[in-house]
Amino acid sequence: MEAEGRVPGPPLPAGGEEPGADSHLAAGALSTARGPLLVAAEVLALDDEEDDLEVFSKDTSLAEVNSFSPSVPISPSSMINQYKFEDGPELRDLFITVDDPESHITAIETFITYRVVTKTTRSEFDSSEYEVRRRYQDFLWLKSKLEEAHPTLIVPPLPEKFIMRGMVERFSDEFIETRRKALHKFLNRIADHPTLTFNEDFKIFLTAQAWELSSHKKQGPGLLSRMGQTVRAVASSVRGAVKNRPEMFTEMNNYMETFGQKINLLDKIAHRIYKEEREYFNEMKEYGPIHTLWSASEEDIAESLKGIASCIDRCCRATEKRMAGLSEHLLPILHEYVLYSEILMGVLRRRDQIQGDLDSKVDALANKKTEKDLFSEEIGKLEDKVEHANNALKADWDRWKQNMQWDMRSTFTNVAENNLRYYEE
Amino acid sequence: MEDCLAKKMEITVSEAEKRTGRNAMNIQETYTAYLIETRAVESQSEGQCAPVESLWRRYSEFELLRNYLSVTYPHIVVPPLPEKRADFVWHKLSADNMDPDFVERRRIGLENFLLRVASHPVLCQDKIFYAFLMQESGWKEMVNETGFQLKADSRLKALNATFRVKNPDKRFTELKHYSDELQSVISHLLRVRARVADRLYGVYKVHGNYGRVFSEWSAIEKEMGDGLQSAGHHMDVYAASIDDILEEEEHYADQLKEYLFYAEALRAVCRKHELMQYDLEMAAQDLTSKKQQCEELATGTVRTFSLKGMTSKLFGQETPEQREAKIKVLEEQIQEGEEQLKSKNLEGRDFVKSAWADIERFKEQKNHDLKEALISYAVMQISMCKKGIQVWTNAKECFSKM
Repeated sequence: MEAEGRVPGPPLPAGGEEPGADSHLAAGALSTARGPLLVAAEVLALDDEEDDLEVFSKDTSLAEVNSFSPSVPISPSSMINQYKFEDGPELRDLFITVDDPESHITAIETFITYRVVTKTTRSEFDSSEYEVRRRYQDFLWLKSKLEEAHPTLIVPPLPEKFIMRGMVERFSDEFIETRRKALHKFLNRIADHPTLTFNEDFKIFLTAQAWELSSHKKQGPGLLSRMGQTVRAVASSVRGAVKNRPEMFTEMNNYMETFGQKINLLDKIAHRIYKEEREYFNEMKEYGPIHTLWSASEEDIAESLKGIASCIDRCCRATEKRMAGLSEHLLPILHEYVLYSEILMGVLRRRDQIQGDLDSKVDALANKKTEKDLFSEEIGKLEDKVEHANNALKADWDRWKQNMQWDMRSTFTNVAENNLRYYEE
Repeated sequence: MEDCLAKKMEITVSEAEKRTGRNAMNIQETYTAYLIETRAVESQSEGQCAPVESLWRRYSEFELLRNYLSVTYPHIVVPPLPEKRADFVWHKLSADNMDPDFVERRRIGLENFLLRVASHPVLCQDKIFYAFLMQESGWKEMVNETGFQLKADSRLKALNATFRVKNPDKRFTELKHYSDELQSVISHLLRVRARVADRLYGVYKVHGNYGRVFSEWSAIEKEMGDGLQSAGHHMDVYAASIDDILEEEEHYADQLKEYLFYAEALRAVCRKHELMQYDLEMAAQDLTSKKQQCEELATGTVRTFSLKGMTSKLFGQETPEQREAKIKVLEEQIQEGEEQLKSKNLEGRDFVKSAWADIERFKEQKNHDLKEALISYAVMQISMCKKGIQVWTNAKECFSKM
């Protein structure tokens, strides 16, 4: 079986978005023969993804996945079932923590850096422990590199630059702490992602010293080319819904729209609840002492009054705990998924764009029969890209949904438990 | 234990009705009338129930009754009426006098008032009170005929006495302080409670939104759908449960309110005492000055500067007959005064004794009632928590099945 050859080697013509797979191949020392490339049926092309996985993973658990013969159609979800998100520690080989925020003051600006500690047993890392300092800009850079390399994979959300809602000071402790936690989550989600975790830029992010990182950063495609990509993205979205979008992705799109709405609503509701609870708490604080005051003028019922006062105070404390539970667990997760819904819409758009490219090239082909050969090659590549992208998205999608489910489940269960505890007290 | 009316008779305020009619100024108005039902309790029941007597009264008539009782029995702490206007409302409750919830709570308050009067050893024996319960027509005239309004002390007099009294019974002064404190602390408590209720209402109701969104969300989910949907249902239950909870709390608030108003009744008794004491002191002073005058006239010495002395110096002395006449008048007055003083003293002491007895009775009643109210409040809170536990346990189960 031979397909229009895709050969690792000279980089693809500029403007094409190169799947991370190829660059890794080129860069890495891996020269194992790639399995036959298949085109056409989506299902069979899944092997593409599988092969990539096989090639890159050192993780033995993943290797099991890939011992299928190419002709057996495999659904992404069964692939997923082989391993779960947020593996137990035995299966993970990359541990990252983000902590210790510190502020730096230079002549031009003040900013915060966070300490990123990585522990790993992977062989492609030179040492087993790394400690670096990163600032928010670095995280932004990493995210955009990942999105570039894997346009249809779901890259986890970063905490926002500013938070409008609470009007929180940019450098308040609360803000820094929330951001730190979100950054920690961001890196860990990447680490747990079967593909993203092996991204070269990710590795550099975790390991390079400050000066190394800045020099590496300068190498990537410049601002102009990135702008070019954005323009094309906008243009293609203006073109409207892609004609040949497979049913599945239309469904995804619809789902994401509704989901996005609902999550936004939930986020608002949760914030509202938090606010109401805070007001309730404030009133309760006054309620208890009144009873104590009253008990001072009474004799017989003084004891009962004091008893009530102390109970009210305990209720206050329980309320505080409940609020803390909300703000630590529910609110951040809901917020994360609000961001996720935006990210996913973006991913879907990019996928559409890739497909759009393919379609337009196919159309062009129909019109210019002479340059057919050249075009076919391009088309072939694009088709591969589309397939690859589609599959990546699907796989990731299901993964994401599973995670989301799990997250939601645990979060709401948590909320329920907190409320239970509250009432029990 | 004296035999009081409450033991002999069942009294209920069973219904409330909107009426329109003409009032004293011949203007059409809408008001609410309350049905009072009474039934004699047979101690030996022969399987026969006594017939129920009933009549309608409106709030203003209750007010008239209470005014009459306060004036006629100033040494008694007269039970207060439920509030005229809705106070201490939190946002959901309306402040409208015609609102059915308000009318209902007022009905209960009026019944409570009648029961309290009926179980008071002194008040229950009052004929006017009895007539209030039994005789619909002509009652108002009956009350007015007692002329109690004339006996009422003017506000101004009372205020004056409060400021100028020199030697009130210490216990009454303390009582006054206590009732001031009670009033302020209870009204503060009620205010805060209303605010707390408001906030709690908010917290619960917002959770109801969860129910709606969960349900909409479950429509697009496959595996999570069922869990979400049922969890949403529980959220709705949670949000709805607050209404009953807060309604119960209103009854608690009403119990406290009664004692808030009782504070005013206490103060009224204290004021009466101060008034009597002041009266007494004034009478004593008056007597002393008359005695002095007499003495002066008799002995011819002018100890104090007086206009009379001056004029007599200027226009000549009085004749001995004139002086004799004056002394005689004064002596009569002094005699009267001394008798009056004696009786006032006696009155005062009686008043203090009986008032204090009633106050003790009141104190016991108050302690008992408040304790019960506080306990029932605690019970309410516990039940609220239990409900919460139930809802969230169910929700948790649903969530874990997502």
